[in-house]
Amino acid sequence: MILVTSTLSSFVKQSWAGLRAMLVLTVLLGLLYPAVVWGVGQVVARDRAAGSLVSVDGSVVGSSLVGQQWTGAEWFWGRPSASDYAGDTSGGSNLSGTALAAEVAKRASAAGLDPATAPADALTASGSGLDPHVSQAYAVSQVPRVAAARGLPQAEVAALVDAHVQDRIAGFLGQPRVNVLELNLALAALSGRSAG
Amino acid sequence: MGDTASGLLTIAVLVAALAVVHVPLGGWMATVFTDTRHWRIERLVYRLVRVDPWSEQRWVTYAVAVLAFSVVGIVLLFLLIVFQGVLPLARGASMNVDTAVNTAVSFVTNTNWQSYAGEAGTSPFVQTVGLTVQNFVSPAVGLAVAIALVRGLVRSSGSDLGNFWVDLVRGLFRVIVPLALVGAVVLLLGGVIQNLTAPTTITTLSGGHQVLQGGLVASQEAIKELGTNGGGYFNANSAHPFENPNAFTNLVEVFLLLVIPFSLPRTYGVMVGDRRQGWTVLGFMGTLWALMLTAVTWSEVHAAAGPLGGLEGKELRLGVWPSALFATSTTATSTGAVNSMHESFSALGGGGALFTMMLGELSPGGVGTGLYSALVVAVLTVFIAGLMVGRTPELLGKQIGRREITLTALTVLVMPFLVLVFTGIGMVAPLVTSQMLATGPHGLTEVMYAYTSAANNNGSAFAGFSADTPYTNLTLALCMFVGRFAPIVLVLALAGSLVAQRRRPVTAGTLPTHSPTFVGLFVGVAVIVGGLTFFPSLALGPLAEALS
Repeated sequence: MILVTSTLSSFVKQSWAGLRAMLVLTVLLGLLYPAVVWGVGQVVARDRAAGSLVSVDGSVVGSSLVGQQWTGAEWFWGRPSASDYAGDTSGGSNLSGTALAAEVAKRASAAGLDPATAPADALTASGSGLDPHVSQAYAVSQVPRVAAARGLPQAEVAALVDAHVQDRIAGFLGQPRVNVLELNLALAALSGRSAG
Repeated sequence: MGDTASGLLTIAVLVAALAVVHVPLGGWMATVFTDTRHWRIERLVYRLVRVDPWSEQRWVTYAVAVLAFSVVGIVLLFLLIVFQGVLPLARGASMNVDTAVNTAVSFVTNTNWQSYAGEAGTSPFVQTVGLTVQNFVSPAVGLAVAIALVRGLVRSSGSDLGNFWVDLVRGLFRVIVPLALVGAVVLLLGGVIQNLTAPTTITTLSGGHQVLQGGLVASQEAIKELGTNGGGYFNANSAHPFENPNAFTNLVEVFLLLVIPFSLPRTYGVMVGDRRQGWTVLGFMGTLWALMLTAVTWSEVHAAAGPLGGLEGKELRLGVWPSALFATSTTATSTGAVNSMHESFSALGGGGALFTMMLGELSPGGVGTGLYSALVVAVLTVFIAGLMVGRTPELLGKQIGRREITLTALTVLVMPFLVLVFTGIGMVAPLVTSQMLATGPHGLTEVMYAYTSAANNNGSAFAGFSADTPYTNLTLALCMFVGRFAPIVLVLALAGSLVAQRRRPVTAGTLPTHSPTFVGLFVGVAVIVGGLTFFPSLALGPLAEALS
C-alpha cells in the first residue's frame, strides 16, 4: 500500500516534469528545428524546397516530381494510378492475386493495350499514384500514336523520347526511366515549332 | 547495368556506409551517456523542467518517469489533434475521436501507425508541432531505456540506473537532433520539399486539374526515418515523390533508418568495456537483417519475372530491388515507413516483411528498442545454453537467476500474446472481417499484419485493410501501448535486478558470449522463438497463399 501511494505520488511529480519537458521540447523541436531546415532550404535549394515546379509562360503546369493524368492521343501517357493523379490524395491500389489480375485487364482495355505484350509499367499502378515516370519501352510504344495525332514524323518523336531517357543515378541507383511531364513539354515545344 | 548488379551495388554501398559510420557514432553515443559534464543548453533545459541532473534513479523511478513522460505526450498530442480546427494552419484537416486516440498513442509509442491519410487527417501545424516532436522524443525514450539496461550490466553496486531526464535530453541534443539536421539538409538537396504553401490546384498541359501539396516535409522525413518512426507526411508515405523523389534520397532514407540501431551494439561494447560483446550483438542483428533481406528480395525478384514485373504498388524510379531493401529495413527496424505498397507484394515477399516484424525488434530493431530487445534474447540464449551444458547461466558476470529469467520470458511473450489474441478475435469479429480488402489467406495476412505492426510498434500496413473504425482504432491503440510499455517496464525491472548484483569473475566454467558459436546460438534462439510462435498462423496466411 505504501509502495502504491509512493509510486503514485512519484508518477504525479514526474508527470509535471514531463509536461514542462514537453513544452520546452515542443518549442525547440516543433518550431525551431523545422524553421532552421526551412531557412537552409531557402538558401541552398529554393526551387527544390518549393516542389520542383515547372512553369510555362509564367503559370505553373506541374511538378517534375509528380506524375499527371494525360488525356488525349496527342500526349504521352503515364502509368495507371489508383487515385487518377488527383494530388489531394495519394496511395496505391493495394490489390494482389486475382483481384489485381481483373484490374489489370480493365486497365489494358482502357488504354487499348494487349496485356500479353504491353510493358509492365503500362499495366501496373505505382505505390504513390503519382509516379512521374514511365519505362523507355512504354514511351517508345506510344510514339506511333502520338506522332499520328500530332502529324509529326515518327522519327522526330522517337528521337525526342531517346533524348529524355534518364540513366540510373550515378550509373547504378534506381532504374532507367522517362519523365513524362518533361517529355510532353518538349513535345509541345516541337509541335509549336513545326506549326510555326 | 542490369537490375541485379544495380541492386547488389546499392546494398553494398549501404552496408559500406553503415560499416564506416557505426564506429564513430557508436563510440560517440557511449561517450554521451557516460559523460560527467552537462552542456550549457542542457543545464538550461533541466532548470526549466525543474529536475536535478545530478541525482540518479532506481529502476522503479526510471520506469515511472518514462511512463509519466509518455502519458503526458499522449494527452498533449490527443488535444492538439482534437483542437486542430481552431489552431493555426487548420486547412480543413480533421479526425474522429477514436482515430485521434489511435494517432496519439501511435506517435508516442514510436509506432506511427496511421489510420488516417496524412494529407487529410492532420493540419501542417499538428504535423510539425505535434508529430515531428514525438518523432524526436519517442526514439529518445527507447534509447534511454537501452542505455539504462546496459548500465544494469556494467554497474555492480548500488541500485541506480541513471537519470531518465538526463538520458532523454542528451540523446536528443547530442545524437538525434544533429543527425536529423544533417539528414534533412541532404534530403532537401535531393529534392524533398520544405515549404508552407497551401495545396494549390493547377491546370495541366492537357487541360486537366491537379492538386499540388506543400508542407514542411524534409524536416519531418529526416526524423521519421532516423528515429525509426515511419509516419508519412502524405498517405503514400515514402512512395510519395515529395517525400522520396529519387533513388538517391531512397538510399539516404534507408541509411537513416538503419544507422542508429546498427551503431548501438558498438555503444554497448564500449560501455561494457569489451568490444567483442558489441560485435556479437552486431553479428546477431546483421545476420537476421541479411537473412530477411535475402528472403524478401528473392521473392520479389522472382515475382518480377512475371508479366507485371512485380511493379504493382512500386515506383518506377526505384524498382524492385530498392523496394525490397526498403521493405525489409523498415520492418526490421520497427520504422514502418514504406516506399512501396506491401499489400501488393508477392505472397512470400509480403509474408517476409510480416515475419521480419514477428521476430521482435531484433534485426536491428528500433532506436534503443533494438538493443534492449536483443539483450533480452541474449539473456534467454545464455540461459538455454547454460541448461544444455549444465553451467550456471551468466551474462557479463551477472547471474541469470529465477527473477531475471522470469522477467525475460515475460518480455518475450508480450508481443506474440497481443498479436495472436487480437488477430484471433479479429478473424471471428464481423467488425473486423468486413474491413478486409482481400479474402482467403491474404485477408488473414492483412489483419495479422495490422496487429503485428501495432504490437511491434512498427506502423507499416497492408494498406487495403480499412482500419479507421472505432473497434480497430482502439484495439490497435491498446496493442501499441502495451506492446511498447510492458516490455519497457520489464526491461527496466531486469536492469534493476542486474545492477544490484556484483560481477562474478570469469572462470574456465564461464560460457563465452563473444564467439561466433554464440552468435549462431543467439540467432537460432531468435528464429526458433519467432518461428515456433508464429509458424501456424504464417502457414494459414502467406504460405497458404504462395502455395495456392
